[in-house]
Amino acid sequence: MNDKVATRDAYGKTLQKLAPKNPNIIVLDADCSSSTRTSWLAKECPQQFFNFGIAEANMIGAAAGLATCNKIVFTSTFAIFGSARCFEQIRDSVCWPNLNVKIVVTHAGLSVGEDGASHQAIEDISLIRTLPNITIIVPADGIETEKVIAKAAETYGPFYIRLGRAKFPIILSKDYKFQIGKAVTLREGCDATIIANGLMISESIKAAEILEKKGISVRIINMSTIKPIDKEAIIKAAKETGAIITAEEHTILGGLGGAVAEVLVENFPVPMKRIGVADFFGFSATPDELLEYFHMTGQDIAQAVKETIDKK
Amino acid sequence: MAKSVIELKKIARKIRVLIIKMLTEAGSGHPGGSLSIADIITALYFEIMNHDPKNPKWPQRDRFILSKGHCVPAQYAALALCGYFDEELLMTLRKFNSPLQGHPDMTRTTGLEISSGSLGQGLSVGCGMAIAGKYDQKDYRVYVAMGDGEIQEGQVWEAAMSAAHYKLDNLCAFIDYNKLQIDGKVEDIMNVSPLQSKWTAFGWNVLEIDGNNMEEILNACYKAKNTKDNPTVIIAHTTKGKGVSFMEGVVGFHGVAPTKEECEKALKELQEEVI
Ligand SMILES: Cc1ncc(C[n+]2csc(CCOP(=O)(O)OP(=O)(O)O)c2C)c(N)n1
Ligand SMILES: [Mg+2]
Repeated sequence: MNDKVATRDAYGKTLQKLAPKNPNIIVLDADCSSSTRTSWLAKECPQQFFNFGIAEANMIGAAAGLATCNKIVFTSTFAIFGSARCFEQIRDSVCWPNLNVKIVVTHAGLSVGEDGASHQAIEDISLIRTLPNITIIVPADGIETEKVIAKAAETYGPFYIRLGRAKFPIILSKDYKFQIGKAVTLREGCDATIIANGLMISESIKAAEILEKKGISVRIINMSTIKPIDKEAIIKAAKETGAIITAEEHTILGGLGGAVAEVLVENFPVPMKRIGVADFFGFSATPDELLEYFHMTGQDIAQAVKETIDKK
Repeated sequence: MAKSVIELKKIARKIRVLIIKMLTEAGSGHPGGSLSIADIITALYFEIMNHDPKNPKWPQRDRFILSKGHCVPAQYAALALCGYFDEELLMTLRKFNSPLQGHPDMTRTTGLEISSGSLGQGLSVGCGMAIAGKYDQKDYRVYVAMGDGEIQEGQVWEAAMSAAHYKLDNLCAFIDYNKLQIDGKVEDIMNVSPLQSKWTAFGWNVLEIDGNNMEEILNACYKAKNTKDNPTVIIAHTTKGKGVSFMEGVVGFHGVAPTKEECEKALKELQEEVI
């Protein structure tokens, strides 16, 4: 539990494992390979790697073209440039024709910290989630990242996989089996459920520990697949615990919180609260200062859980 | 108001000193490209541009857009030395509550004309400001600084086309041709040359200079001012990390702040430089 691994490092390592064994894997980057860790593969298998320079839209188009020629294409850059910058290319050249392109972005969310608003991708999930055919995954830690990347490589279709820059604590055990669209309960509880992913899992665990001392028992669900979302797990949690709190390193508009709210409203409405950035741009500060400012710490989540339980 | 070239070179050195100090204090940021663009920024703010730090929104002012927004420490230093804000503020770069963001945020910093940080967008914004200048019959000029890696973005070429189409001779672009980007040499990652003939074909007046040479920068700006009908691009050959020997031409100093020891070494070099 104390080990920390950056999910981007796990990505780089997994590509190094997969690509040499499968010549159909082609990896593209847009001048961020040293940061996204695709440079590790580029050194080892230069013939399977193409750097497109600072030209993300072109990279996505080329990925689509490669995919029509039976290639399994990974495209990587920072989350904001790999999603918003080339959104329509992702929509029209990748998702609509349903091509085998794996968009793996790093440096997502607030935790790029000091770089400030331009680099803090906090709306990418909302954007990508509107597109048919694509699978969206936010791995919880290095272990899940390895399994997600391997699964994406062997599963046909577009993927959007969102990774971070910072080192995340290891949450899952090595023998954990990742399934697309299957949420995992990390902790049992009966008074409320926190549905989280990525970096916010560890904040949610802190919240559950705070609440446990006060006699409140909280379930934690790792919702790493945002699309297709695990409706059953959400409805079950609503029925069994009666209060839902979502936590994501993202705007609360249309991301994990939005997806969960959509399921609840149409199936089993219960009191709910979304933790995340509440309709603001970020700014330069340390990741911890940002989490605190936007009320996204374990303490804040614990408070939100209490308030939501009170509304039952 | 005209300053001597020697004075300008001293200001450029002061800006480099401040860049090093700010980035060391911040513990993150982009020294290489901030140092390579320092002379151009000095020439613009201290000689070429009409602007008034006491009246930053003066409608007649010349505009400067740092499209390669990651190099904003160079611009912050210039703005502070001009008097847009207090020099002490520089040491709050990238910190909680500072107006000096990691990338330019015009809603927080006095003197910035646009927010940037995502590469490739500034020349389009410059086109808009230049069109507005013509439309309002104001004779201000618009300057845009881009990186040589940045011009790999397709949007730059859309902007280039529109600037020539609308005959924006009040627009002047700089390419900080320091030959490096994040992943390595520009020519290895995604070759952008030949620049002269590309920009000429897009309808621009093209000048090519040593972008770390103050006289050449000034002369090119005067020539651009006197060019009618076409926008001007100044292809400025520079050295990434210019002025700090162990940073010059080193790709690793693109986005890594100096350590305390490196800072001291760099400051010593800059202070001993003969001008
Ligand atoms: C659209 C976009 N893609 C990627 C990045 C990440 N990035 C920041 S700086 C940089 C390299 C810039 O190289 P260059 O334009 O040559 O600037 P300089 O050498 O002057 O620092 C990259 C790829 C970005 N800021 N914006
Ligand atoms: Mg460069």
